[in-house]
Amino acid sequence: MKTLRNKTIIAELVAVILTLIILAPFFLIVINSAKQSADIVISPIALPHNWAQLLTNMKNVINNQNFSYWNSFFSSLFITMVSLMLLTLLSSMAAWVLVRNKTKWSNLIFMLFVSAMVIPFQVVMLPLLSTFRSFSDFFGIQMLQSYKGIIFAYLGFGGSMSVFILHGFIKGIPYELEEAAWIDGCSPEGTFFRIVFPLMKPVQITVLILNGIWVWNDYLLPSLMLGLNGRIKTLPVAVSSFVGSYVKQWDLILTAAFLAMIPIIILFIFAQKQIIQGMVEGAIK
Amino acid sequence: MERVTKRVVSIVLLIVGAVLAITALYMDITGSANAVRGNLLIFGVILLLSGLYFIPTANHRNIINFLFLFPLIITFAITVLLPFVLGIFYSMTDWTGITFTKFVGLDNYIQMFKKADYLYSLVITFIYTVLNMIAVNITAFALALLCTSKVKGKNFYRAAFFVPNLIGGLVLGYVWQFIFNKVLVSLFAGSMSMLADANLAFAAILIVGTWQYAGYIMMIYVTGLQGVPKDVLEASCVDGANQWRTLTKIKMPMIANTFTVCIFLTLVNSFKQFDLNLAITNGAPSRILGERVVNATEFLALNIYNTAISKNQYAMGQTKAVVFFIILAIVSLTQVSISKKREVEM
Repeated sequence: MKTLRNKTIIAELVAVILTLIILAPFFLIVINSAKQSADIVISPIALPHNWAQLLTNMKNVINNQNFSYWNSFFSSLFITMVSLMLLTLLSSMAAWVLVRNKTKWSNLIFMLFVSAMVIPFQVVMLPLLSTFRSFSDFFGIQMLQSYKGIIFAYLGFGGSMSVFILHGFIKGIPYELEEAAWIDGCSPEGTFFRIVFPLMKPVQITVLILNGIWVWNDYLLPSLMLGLNGRIKTLPVAVSSFVGSYVKQWDLILTAAFLAMIPIIILFIFAQKQIIQGMVEGAIK
Repeated sequence: MERVTKRVVSIVLLIVGAVLAITALYMDITGSANAVRGNLLIFGVILLLSGLYFIPTANHRNIINFLFLFPLIITFAITVLLPFVLGIFYSMTDWTGITFTKFVGLDNYIQMFKKADYLYSLVITFIYTVLNMIAVNITAFALALLCTSKVKGKNFYRAAFFVPNLIGGLVLGYVWQFIFNKVLVSLFAGSMSMLADANLAFAAILIVGTWQYAGYIMMIYVTGLQGVPKDVLEASCVDGANQWRTLTKIKMPMIANTFTVCIFLTLVNSFKQFDLNLAITNGAPSRILGERVVNATEFLALNIYNTAISKNQYAMGQTKAVVFFIILAIVSLTQVSISKKREVEM
């Protein structure tokens, strides 16, 4: 029994040390965000002597022209929220039709969605830019450097995996439920919105979390579609453009990184169980 | 609604929608630059779709099927399918990102394999992918064992190990650039920054890649390990198996599926590594290879990006991207066939 206790104590010690190592970068961000440039040069590991500097740095970064924190924060928030709402709604609708309407066509479309999950962004990004550009020129619908363009792109890229995950879940919903509603005189769209859609909630949360983390953190797609110094910037794009214009000014760069991380860390503190579960379930499927 | 009113509403909507959409298309074709035409088209299509919805017919279900599928399929077709097909075509032309003048067949592919920077990038990406897969999986599995042992506060550790995964690679990459260039240099006085040496810079990306991803893969292993039935573990305990034997003879074989998922997930994600690569080294430092100078840590995704966006060689960048896709497709097909085989065995 004693050896078992000892082992547990060693394991606990290891766990504590690992946690400290893994979280060390976050600690370094916080302490160095509260220093002036000169203090970082003297020692990047010493504790700051004046924590009020953190607020000063934050104020400087938030009001900075290249970063414009609140603008980028709300752009990121808007793009993520609208993409997620539409993605969940539209892919639930599409997945439901693909499951319940058993024809050659729905099989083909479903196979297309599944195989598209292999396509990396790199292979479509260059033609996507030119397609969107000619689309804007021809139809007069602004697709680049606009909210509707980037949300449209996220729907296209997020759709295939979302449909795949939702498809698997809908197959498990008993068809008798829908039949009963149908017999009671419910229209097909009524059946979907009143009966099927509410039942899909648990898996929709998975879809929301997986896509949410991806869209919020994505850099390559917004940097190409919105431009590094465009009218609209997401947070990762803003950080990158900020780093580009303040090379080696680590006090400001780390404060910018700190500000960019805060929203998602706060979200994680409140919903860690759902977030971890959602991301893991998405991977296993 | 009455059947008659429904019919009237649907006919009105369809006609107005069609008129608007056709006007917009007419303006498009005649080359009008009027900014109204975009909104006119969007509005027209919405009216057409709602007109379709109100058609009173016994085939209402089919209309709903169409209306439910339409939005997602149109976004998917325009953002994924069309660019994908165009991309494969462009890789066989002298495309400049805007137009192309001639079809060159497989010439781009032949040229590409003669370029030292590409071949170098291909090789180090493969090395990185394999090393990162091994490092991430060993770390993640060890962490998972720790987080399923009798340690107190397991949930806290799980959450803590998971945190690096929540934040985008780009932001974390800049932070780590700071750690390598400033913090480590000041910790080990007199040392050079890891990022200044070609091999150490590669190792630096590997360290950060493992640090960021291990917590996520760990959670998948935790889920797998928790799925091992308690009675089997009790039986092995009664039979006198020690912890090491229980681990290697019972737990690990029982979660073989989880290993497959995790290994392929890390392979694919390491191969696609872009954000960390861009933020930590952006390809630097240079390495001298025979008579040529190449970027020592430029992985494929970054190489594609730099070829197209920085050097403005769109056709070449696209060609590299197509090969990038083919490699990933082969990896994914291997995974599917392995999982299928295992399902048959079970």
